[in-house]
Amino acid sequence: MPTLDPVIWFFVLGLVAGVARADLRLPSAIYDFVSTLLLLAIGLKGGVELARDGGGLPLPELGGILLLGFLLPLPAYAVARGIGRLGRADAASLAAHYGSVSVGTYAVVIGHLATRGIEFEARAPVWVVLLEVPAIVAGILLARGLSGDLAWGRLLRELFLGRSIVLLLGGLAIGWVAGPDGTASIRPLFFDLFKGILALFLLEMGLIAAAQLPTLRRHGAFIVAFGLLAPLVFAVAGALLGRALGLSPGGVTVLATLAASASYIAAPAAIRTAVPEANPALSLTASLAVTFPFNIIVGIPLYERLAAALAG
Amino acid sequence: MEQFPRRLLTIVTEAALERELLSEFDALGVRGYTISDARGKGGRGRRQSDWAQQGNIRIEIVCDPALAERVAARLRVRYYEHYAMILFMQDVDVLRPEKF
Repeated sequence: MPTLDPVIWFFVLGLVAGVARADLRLPSAIYDFVSTLLLLAIGLKGGVELARDGGGLPLPELGGILLLGFLLPLPAYAVARGIGRLGRADAASLAAHYGSVSVGTYAVVIGHLATRGIEFEARAPVWVVLLEVPAIVAGILLARGLSGDLAWGRLLRELFLGRSIVLLLGGLAIGWVAGPDGTASIRPLFFDLFKGILALFLLEMGLIAAAQLPTLRRHGAFIVAFGLLAPLVFAVAGALLGRALGLSPGGVTVLATLAASASYIAAPAAIRTAVPEANPALSLTASLAVTFPFNIIVGIPLYERLAAALAG
Repeated sequence: MEQFPRRLLTIVTEAALERELLSEFDALGVRGYTISDARGKGGRGRRQSDWAQQGNIRIEIVCDPALAERVAARLRVRYYEHYAMILFMQDVDVLRPEKF
């Protein structure tokens, strides 16, 4: 078992401080700033690598990953309805959250792979973008069907112009245009400080996760079980797809982690307005207080082993 | 100094609704509003503004009584059931009636 990456301890610190109600609160502007830096850094890093290696996104990969995003919500919905006995709106909301992705988890997995010296595909940030939206659309369809008075145009526009997509693709484009030499001047902020920024981000995530714990107690065993088992099952689906697409073991680890991760930014915002009758705390709590910690502490090392075993 | 009576409509609700509400206001003919981040506790639990995602906002609109009624009626029908939202009105006096 590899030792825990130091950035994970910052998450634990935030969690413990939050549970103990310590006098610790980062202003929301800091959270925004830190997450903006992370998103740009992730995009830039991918763009620079793409400029160095060339190569685009193979069509089967594009289609396969989009399809994965659409399909992951279906079993999640079925389980939430059948076993969890959730109502249609709540089950669909949970399915949307778990089919979509968490950029924070992505940041941790690429940090983990970098520490372990494992290479992965430079275009990986594009996978994040591809996986973010389809599951949210699928979730909304599960809740509302095709009929209804939903303003799809506005909804899709807001989804595609969401902060994470704009900053990831923007960073990717800047990195790609500027290349390794062009980005040398901004390297200290975005690349050298990446782990430090990630540590601050995780400290805040720990505080946020701790704030969800009281809600977790109210929603009980199903949410906890779902939050722990869904990522494991979805990681296997992601890993198998990555293997079928011929990704490197590092790439398979990233795709498995993305499939395992659950959204806590894009999905809650979209579902809140598109499916108002869903209880927002239910999905958000599962995603933030159960699945996010599970993935970054236990999941990612497991998914790395899974990828290695598949490459076997 | 002459003063003119108007209504101050204050809405405290989920930050997630901000964009949607602003387009509602435009459609209803609201000419101006002030929005600030807020935190507090209510029927749907404690809300903190330090994480924008779950934060609250407070919207203030100064307008004539008829428009205030229309906005309030619209919000009540459309949002009261599923969203954390409170709304209250007060009489206020303004100095430049043409602005409100």
